[in-house]
Amino acid sequence: MRKKIYRPKEVRNPFLLLSLCFLCLFVAINSYAEFRFPMPEFSTGYEHPAVHTPMPANSMVAWDAVVLIVTLALASFLVLKRRKRREIFWLTIFSVIYFGFVRNGCVCSVGSVQNIMAGISNSSYGIPITVLIFFAAPLIFALLFGRVFCSAVCPLGAIQEAVAVKPVKVPPAVDKVLSVFPFIYLGLAALSVTMDAGFIICQYDPFVGFFRMGASFSMLIFGAVMLIVGVFVARPYCRYLCPYGVLLNWCSKLSWKHAVITPSECIQCNLCAGSCPYNAINEPSADEEPESRTRGARRLGFLMLLLPVLTAAGFGVGGFLKEPLSRMHPTVRLAERVAGEELGRYETTNIESEAFRGSDQPIEELYAEAVEIKDDFQKGSRWFGAFIGLVIGSKLISVSILRKRDGYEPDKGTCYSCGRCFKYCPVKATED
Amino acid sequence: MKPDEKNHRRDFIRGAIAVLIGGATLTAARSRSPRLVWQIDPEKCTRCGRCATHCVLAPSAVKCFHSYSICGYCDLCGGYLRPDAKGRDTGAENQLCPTAAIKRTYIEDPYYQYKIDEDLCIGCGICVEGCDVFGNGSMYLQVKHDLCVNCNECAIARACPSDAFRRIPASEAYLLKSDQEKRIS
Ligand code: SF4
Ligand code: SF4
Ligand code: SF4
Ligand code: SF4
Repeated sequence: MRKKIYRPKEVRNPFLLLSLCFLCLFVAINSYAEFRFPMPEFSTGYEHPAVHTPMPANSMVAWDAVVLIVTLALASFLVLKRRKRREIFWLTIFSVIYFGFVRNGCVCSVGSVQNIMAGISNSSYGIPITVLIFFAAPLIFALLFGRVFCSAVCPLGAIQEAVAVKPVKVPPAVDKVLSVFPFIYLGLAALSVTMDAGFIICQYDPFVGFFRMGASFSMLIFGAVMLIVGVFVARPYCRYLCPYGVLLNWCSKLSWKHAVITPSECIQCNLCAGSCPYNAINEPSADEEPESRTRGARRLGFLMLLLPVLTAAGFGVGGFLKEPLSRMHPTVRLAERVAGEELGRYETTNIESEAFRGSDQPIEELYAEAVEIKDDFQKGSRWFGAFIGLVIGSKLISVSILRKRDGYEPDKGTCYSCGRCFKYCPVKATED
Repeated sequence: MKPDEKNHRRDFIRGAIAVLIGGATLTAARSRSPRLVWQIDPEKCTRCGRCATHCVLAPSAVKCFHSYSICGYCDLCGGYLRPDAKGRDTGAENQLCPTAAIKRTYIEDPYYQYKIDEDLCIGCGICVEGCDVFGNGSMYLQVKHDLCVNCNECAIARACPSDAFRRIPASEAYLLKSDQEKRIS
């Protein structure tokens, strides 16, 4: 989107410009080479004022990390011990206000993934300790207590939780298919960071514009659409986009303690089944085997073989993605624009190509740079393809494995520990 | 598999993942490089005007800096006066700056000092353009770090057509055009 830029018209007036240029030229000849006007020698002993160069305000104070860990601990306590949706929700509201509106939603754990990837791929990239804590603490907590970060701490999750008033059930099959997108997003973010093409998770963060009360028009629209959709489809960003959620999901699957629906023994009353807006409640497995063991084993064997095949296919197909993916990089975009202009494909120049033409970099150098970047993308997009192949293969395997369950229980990976289901369970906690 | 055995395996995997997270974090942190902040390379900036409009803050964290040590102290300042100015006075109709952020003071004949009022400056770069085209280029845009919230991805950097933004160490957070400036922080 191009903004109208205020520029005085007078400068564009060719005659004036010309005459002033002559004036400058005249003066330039009379002064020494570097500056048009000589620096004056003051006879009054004038001393020029100092330039104000304040040190960077340390906006990411260690304080934030402390608040993060305390809220995580509190969320774990509320989810696992107090088990009251209302209390969890109040903590959620606190997080929207503090991490969102007060701290401007930056840096957040979701975005910190990119800093970590940048730190791994580029050894000169310095990461403040606070960012490291923002990355690691929620994952460690997920490993211990499930996704308590998502339940009440993450500002992005919290703002969606706050608007999810009329959630409808998304068909589980649709849910499964759409849940591949976070992996694609994570892969793209990794590619973009390693290729030095920017932090796309930050660029396309739908809610940070609200937290800061200002963003580009298109991002505000995206955020608004997300929130409106979020009224009916609870947490659309968390479920179908959030790349950090992928990591939390993995950690939470192995969690040591996790939120439970029933405080003691599930009596299979089925009351909680419809209470989860995220399709995260798994039903107890049927008594009779749905299919013979050999058939199941054979299918699993087939899928196991399919996994490397899909990965290899992804690796191959990824090569074709080189062109579109390399356009993530601004230099490639600029080079293509300039090349298009040279070929007369565009009528006018755009602001980027104008800026480039105003610089003294030769076009050939730009082209060479772009070609080099594209070569890197060739490799990068192959790995990206392989990753997506691997993800699809693993998803197929995971849906085909039937686990034995004796009661209704939350799916440890996708449960956000929001606590909606707790009150539906009629079983009372056994005192002991 | 016995439930006990299963638990042991889970513990093991859990431990392994914890080590992995720690490992990734430490690898990322291995470089003891200094913290980085965003700054504008004045040599690359083309004064497109996006600094005023694209910052997440309003008004922008980008302000005009004036390196006095390379200023010509001209009476006819290209950054201060409109090219068609009727007179060389401080009348609003003569000033280039849309917010009248540049203060002109008489020093001695024929020199004038131009000082930027940072509270008024919106970082539009109009004066920078004027100073660069008609003057010494002593006015230029910089991110002011007492204002900048150091976004993980600077919103202006992404919109900058000249690739002028880059990350530099926080300990030396400005790219001044002259190293002879007196500075206060
Ligand atoms: S899924 Fe992502 S965006 Fe949603 S609450 Fe969790 S970390 Fe935040
Ligand atoms: S966006 Fe870039 S080119 Fe435009 S004024 Fe800012 S630094 Fe200069
Ligand atoms: S013209 Fe623009 S950049 Fe220059 S001082 Fe005025 S507001 Fe600041
Ligand atoms: S980092 Fe953020 S606050 Fe600083 S100049 Fe860029 S957009 Fe503005």
